Parts: sequence; C-alpha cells; structure tokens
Amino acid sequence: MHTISTPQEATQALAKRRAWHWLEVVFWLAAAASVFLLPSQHSLLTQIAIWSLFAISLDLILGYAGIVSLGHAAYFGFGAYVAALFAINYTGEPVTGLAVAAVASGLLGLVTSLLVLRGSDLTRLMVTLGIALVMYELANQMSWLTGGADGLTGMPVDPVLGVLPISFRPLNAYGYVLAVLFVLFVVARRIVHSPFGMSLRAIKGNPLRASQIGVPNNLRLIAVYSIAAAYAGIAGALLAQTTPVVSLTYIDFQRSADVLLMLIIGGTGYLYGGIIGSALFLIAQKFIGNVTPQYWEFWIGFALVVIALFARDRGVFSIFERLRNIVGGKTKP
Amino acid sequence: MNALETIHLEKRFGGIVPTSDVNLVVREGARHALIGPNGAGKTTLINLLTGVLKPSKGRIKLGGEDITVLKPHQRVARGISRTFQINQVFGELSPLESIVFAIGEREHLGTRFWRGFGSDDAIVAEAVAIAKQFGLSDVLTAQTASLPYGKQRQLEIALAIAGKPRVLLLDEPAAGVPEAERHEILEIVAALPQDVTVLLIEHDMDIVFGFADRISVLVEGKLFVEGEPKEIENDPRVRAVYLGERADG
Amino acid sequence: MLTILFDGIAYGMLLFVISCGLAVTLGLMNFVNLAHGAFAILGGYCAYALVNLYGVPFFASLPVAFLFAAMIGLLAERTLYVHFYNRSHLEQVLFTIGLVFMVSALVDYFMGSQQRFINLPPYLQGRFDFFGIGIGKYRLLIIFICALILLVLQLILGHTRFGSRLRAAVDDQRVARGLGINVNWVFALTFAVGCGLAGLGGALGAEILSLEPHFPLKFMIYFLIVVSVGGTSSITGPFLASILLGIGDVAGKYYAPRYGGFVIYTIMIVVLVLRPQGLFARGQSK
Repeated sequence: MHTISTPQEATQALAKRRAWHWLEVVFWLAAAASVFLLPSQHSLLTQIAIWSLFAISLDLILGYAGIVSLGHAAYFGFGAYVAALFAINYTGEPVTGLAVAAVASGLLGLVTSLLVLRGSDLTRLMVTLGIALVMYELANQMSWLTGGADGLTGMPVDPVLGVLPISFRPLNAYGYVLAVLFVLFVVARRIVHSPFGMSLRAIKGNPLRASQIGVPNNLRLIAVYSIAAAYAGIAGALLAQTTPVVSLTYIDFQRSADVLLMLIIGGTGYLYGGIIGSALFLIAQKFIGNVTPQYWEFWIGFALVVIALFARDRGVFSIFERLRNIVGGKTKP
Repeated sequence: MNALETIHLEKRFGGIVPTSDVNLVVREGARHALIGPNGAGKTTLINLLTGVLKPSKGRIKLGGEDITVLKPHQRVARGISRTFQINQVFGELSPLESIVFAIGEREHLGTRFWRGFGSDDAIVAEAVAIAKQFGLSDVLTAQTASLPYGKQRQLEIALAIAGKPRVLLLDEPAAGVPEAERHEILEIVAALPQDVTVLLIEHDMDIVFGFADRISVLVEGKLFVEGEPKEIENDPRVRAVYLGERADG
Repeated sequence: MLTILFDGIAYGMLLFVISCGLAVTLGLMNFVNLAHGAFAILGGYCAYALVNLYGVPFFASLPVAFLFAAMIGLLAERTLYVHFYNRSHLEQVLFTIGLVFMVSALVDYFMGSQQRFINLPPYLQGRFDFFGIGIGKYRLLIIFICALILLVLQLILGHTRFGSRLRAAVDDQRVARGLGINVNWVFALTFAVGCGLAGLGGALGAEILSLEPHFPLKFMIYFLIVVSVGGTSSITGPFLASILLGIGDVAGKYYAPRYGGFVIYTIMIVVLVLRPQGLFARGQSK
C-alpha cells in the first residue's frame, strides 16, 4: 500500500483494475485455437460455450448485483422458443434470430423484474422459481405453438450472415458460438467495469448506503436484470440453433439449478467463473455421467454441499485457497 | 432562509410515536445540533428526513421545496446527505472506488455503462482532493473492510461530503471511534465547509457545545427546547432531563 | 364434486403434515431448507421397506417412519445444518439442493427408480358411500391422523413448557439464552420433530403423493407454497394454505388438467408479491 497524492496515480490505479490481464488474453487465444485444434470435441465445446454464456448471464445478476435466482432458465427457454419460432416463420438467419431472442427475453426480464425485485432473498428465490414454473407450464400447454412435450422441430438454420453455414458443420457451429460468446463477454466486461457496473457492486454491498449516495437502486437492478435476461435469451437461442429440437428441458428446474451450480463451481463476480464452472461441470458430466446417471446426481449434490460448506465467492478456487491456508498454517476468518 | 424545515412531522409505529409533532427549523449555514436522551427519536427523525422512513403526518421542506414524498435517492439529488451512526461503507470496494463512485452518482453519470469506471479525470481529481481532506490518501487503494474503524468513519463522512450536500446530517460521527482516533474525526467535522448546513446528532455534550451554534433538544419524540448553546446549557429543564436519565442508569 | 372436496382435504392435510416442519425452519429459524422433502421420502421408504419387505403391520410402520426421519433429521441438524444458520440464503439453498440431489441419488441406488406403493391392509382399501359422497377409507384415515397431529401440535405449542421455550427462542434468541433456555437444543429438537412429521407424512402419503426418488424436488415447490402463502406466524396459516392448495390441486387436475399448475404458480407469485408475509399472516411486518 502506498500513498496516492496525485490524480494521475489514482487514475492509473483505477485503470489497472479494468485492464486486461495477460492470463485473459492467453485464455481467449487458447479458446480460439480450440476451434482448429480439437475437432473431435466440438460438440462438447459448443455446449460449454453456450452454458458459459448462460452462466455469465446469471453472474451479472447474482455475482454483481446480488440477486439470487432459482428460475433463470425462464429467459433461456423463452429466448430459445422465440428464436425457433422466428426462424420457422420469418428468416433462418442465425444472428437475426439472436437479436430477436435477446429483445424478447430482455423484455420478459424487464416485466418480470418488477415482481422479482420486491422483497427479500427468500421471496426472490420463490418468485424466480415461480416465474420459471409458469413459463414451463405455458410452454407445455401451448403445444399448438411450442410442440408441448414433444418439442419444437423443423427450425431452419441458414448460413450465418448469409456466409457461414453452421448446420451439420460442427467446426463452423463452434466457431460461431464461440464468437458470440466472446463478443458478449467483452460487452459484459465493459459493463461491469463501468460506472453502472460499479453502482451494481455498491448496491450489492450496501443498498442502504447506495441509496443515500443518490443511487436509484431499483432502476439499476431492473436494468441489469433485463440485460441478464437478454443474455440468457441469446444463450437459449444459440442452443436452439445448434440442436435439432427445442424442448421443455430448456426451461425446467434442472437447467436453472445446473447453471447456478456451474456458476458457483467457477465462482461469482469475475465473469470467468461461469466459463470455468461450465467447463468443469460438463467435462465431469461427460466422464462420470456417462457411467451411471445416478452417480452423477450424487456427486453433483456432494459438490454442492462441499462448496456451500467451504467455498465463498471464488468457487472451487476458494477451496484450493483454504487448503493452501490450512497447509501453510494460516487461518482465515 | 431555512435550509431544512419540518412541519408537524409525526411518525407512528402501532402505538409508539417516536416522532410527534416536530417543527424543526435549520437555518442556512447553521451548525445545528439535535440532542436528547436515548430513545428520544433522534435517529427516527433522521430517517424521516432522508426518506428511509415515510412520515405518518406532516411535511418536510428542503430549501423551501416540499420533499415529503420523494424517495431517498431523489432527496440526495436535491442536496441532502447523511452519515450513519454505525458505518455504512462499501466493504468490498476501495476508498478510492467508493469516493469516485459517490462523485459520479452526484453528477448523474451512474447510468454510463460503456465508459470505464474512473476514466473521468475531473472526477478522479476531485476524489483525490476529498481523500486528502479526510486523511484517506494513505489507504486509498486498500480494501475498505480491512481498514481500522476510525478510517472507515472518515470514509463514511467523506462519502457524504462527496455528494456536495447543501444539508449534511451527521448521526453521531464519533460513535464507536477509539479514543486515539477521535480527535481526527472531530477536526474533520470542525473543518467542514462553511456553506454546508450541518445537522449534528450527538450524545457527547463536549462535542455538541464545541461545535454547535444552535441546539434542539428532543425528548420522547417531541421538540422540548431550542436555543443557543448558552441557553441550553443553563436550562434547568434540560439538566433535569439529562440528570434524570443518568439517575436511571 | 364433494368427493373431490374430500380428496382435496385429505391431500391438503398430508401437505400440511409434511410442511409444518418447514414452516418452523423457514419461517421461524429463517433457514431456507429446500431439502425438507428428502426427510419425507426417507420416512416413506422406511415404511415401504418395513411393510412390503419385512411384513411389519402398516400401523406399526408409521411411528417407526416418524422416528427414523426424526433421527436422521437430528443427525443432519447437528452435523451439517448447524453450520449454515448464519450463512446467506444462497449458501443455504446450495447446501440443501445438494442434499436433495444426494438423497435422491442414494434412494434411487438402493431402492430403484420406480414408484413404490405400500401394501395397505384390506380394511383400508376401497371406498364407501356416505350420502352420495364417495369416501376413500384410506383418505379418511389420513384426515383423521392429520387432524390429530394438528391438535397435538397446537396443544404442545400453546400449552407446554417446550412450546413457550420455542416461541421465546424464536422471538429473541439472545433474550432466550439469557433466560437460560438452551436455544440450540430447542432448535435441534424442533427440527427433528419437523423432519419426523415430514417422514410420517411421506409414509402416509406414499400412495397419494407417489413415492419415488425425485419426490423431494417435485414437491419442493408445494411445500414452499404452503409456507409462503400460509405465513409462519401461526400453525393455522400453513394449515389453511395446505387445505386450499390440496383442494385447488385436486380440483384443478379434475376440472382443468391443462391449467392447474399454471394457476397455482401464478397465485403463488401474486401472493408473494402482494403479501410477502403470507396470506394468513397476522399483523404487519416489522
């Protein structure tokens, strides 16, 4: 710690907080390389990228704004259905589909945020859960539109921007999904490092003080909730575009729970947690889950209990940190 | 000109009336102290003034403008700032981030989502100046939660000042501060800019009489007496209230 | 029509017996316990194993189911839950969802994934006709037992030393401790009884609620609805909410099978948004 006495030093200190770390650059270069270097794993990598985006969306509200949600799949599923129906009825161009899904889910987020943001953590948990259940029931009942329990099939997927065909081209599809993830990650990164992002962290940390500094807490939370919903909608649309069928599993509780788990595994509040968590989760699922599904469920539950017991904001990393502290003889409060 | 004024202000919680028909006038530029025994309703009154609580009856005026129905953040925008009895700081942020943030919100730049936080040179420069004024220069980039209580207390006041308030409400600024760091807080309070109207809530009579040019005494939710420090000091009724309280323990 | 009402009441009574323990942990101890249903299936499977595999009489299996779930509840409270009392709701949610997954997987592993039915003695099977209302004998028994439990709970909470201690501990932990009440023990015991009741409800309801490994997750939302709609300031709130939910759900499945769930969830959201303290809560929040 050193004394800061000039504005230049302060500006530098603040700029350093939002500058790209070299590890981040390496990470994204590695991700880009994976498009060409790991052809056999493209379907897994595509899944990871889509879940990553979904988890980043949850991180925006949970990690940065402190809004707990047990029903984030509502926006994911809504975006997927909207994208599929839009493609069937209007155009199969994927980027247009993403934009439409983003707007639709964002609006759904805007409307539902008015319900979610009232009340305590517990009420928020229940209301988000309830919203997802209502969406699930709606999708299930409006089978003339959504295909109900059978799912929605026959969605056309044209080449991206009329140039890049992704249908039945795993390499292209992964490249497309990864590019979308990267662009939206950069956008999210800018948002969380902006004055707006700082106000979210402030509201999360101390809502009372934030409002006494002049922050309209609710408006900010509504804004970020809508942005996160739009992100989730895009993630859903991406999955719809890269899978043959949009089904009710897009909205079910399992999906909301899984994305929460992935984010918690990777850690909240630094954006990479969602990516790392979904990668660990899906790779583990591939290896353990393929043996027996029951075992998988057990180990997921076990992981949750252990993480809840020992880990805080940094997911698995805080377990490592704790171990290191214990080994090193340091005790942390 | 009145900086702050309450008219027949009342707050009820069921059968309890912590604020009862309070007509308080704080003049522009005043160093006004609000004193009273424990449970007299001082903090309730502050919460009513800042909009944390809604009054059951009565009006509140800030510089002549009726702010009774405004939300807390709208009142802040109109120039009312406060500190809390127990520190309310952003533990996860650094003091630098907290002050830059507070200034940015004052300038209504909090909705900017595409600019980097801290990329506005004028705001950062002002934050550094405020930090210097409040003795925070040496800890600006530390995590606030890791700072000693006294430093956090200084940040608490700095955050309120960063809003460039017309009226500043100080809720027991020296509360909880260790004896050794106390004088630093009091110096800061004494050095507050003259154009800021200050309403000080305080228990410690030494602080009150060293600071205030006007004192109101609140007892059981009602304004009991008001006057110059000399008058209050010699008022037998005030002495009775305080001595009575001490006799109870 | 009246048969549906009758079935709905039986269903609601079951929901109440299972959820009343949750009302205590969630409402009074402010602990988000999403794993409450796990204790219900422990009781359910315990009764199933006793009756179907070891030939224990049905009525004898019920108290055992209660004790089994209560013991496991006590064990879990002392070893695991106790670490989470002062944690954030998010951590409580993660922990308890994790427990649900583990219990479901274990039950699946040991007992199989198909739905199980407890063999009922013949005299509890079938229906009889009562002034034109078809009354299921087993459902009548459920209503009887659950009403008895409600009565006993009211008596315990209102008229015993333990009841007053629990209320004191919930009102103000510090003061209760100051009065020499062993708050930890009161909470542990209450938690265990709540789990025991859930286990008993699980055993009684094996037939109606369908006993299978994923029961806790499926019914989680129902238990939460009971507690959040009923409020937690009394036992009658959750009770009324249970009965309404039971009747609503049975009637919904019968008359409008397509929109039942939709209506229930919507009502829950509306109630939560308008009355976060619960529909039947007395007085205003703090």
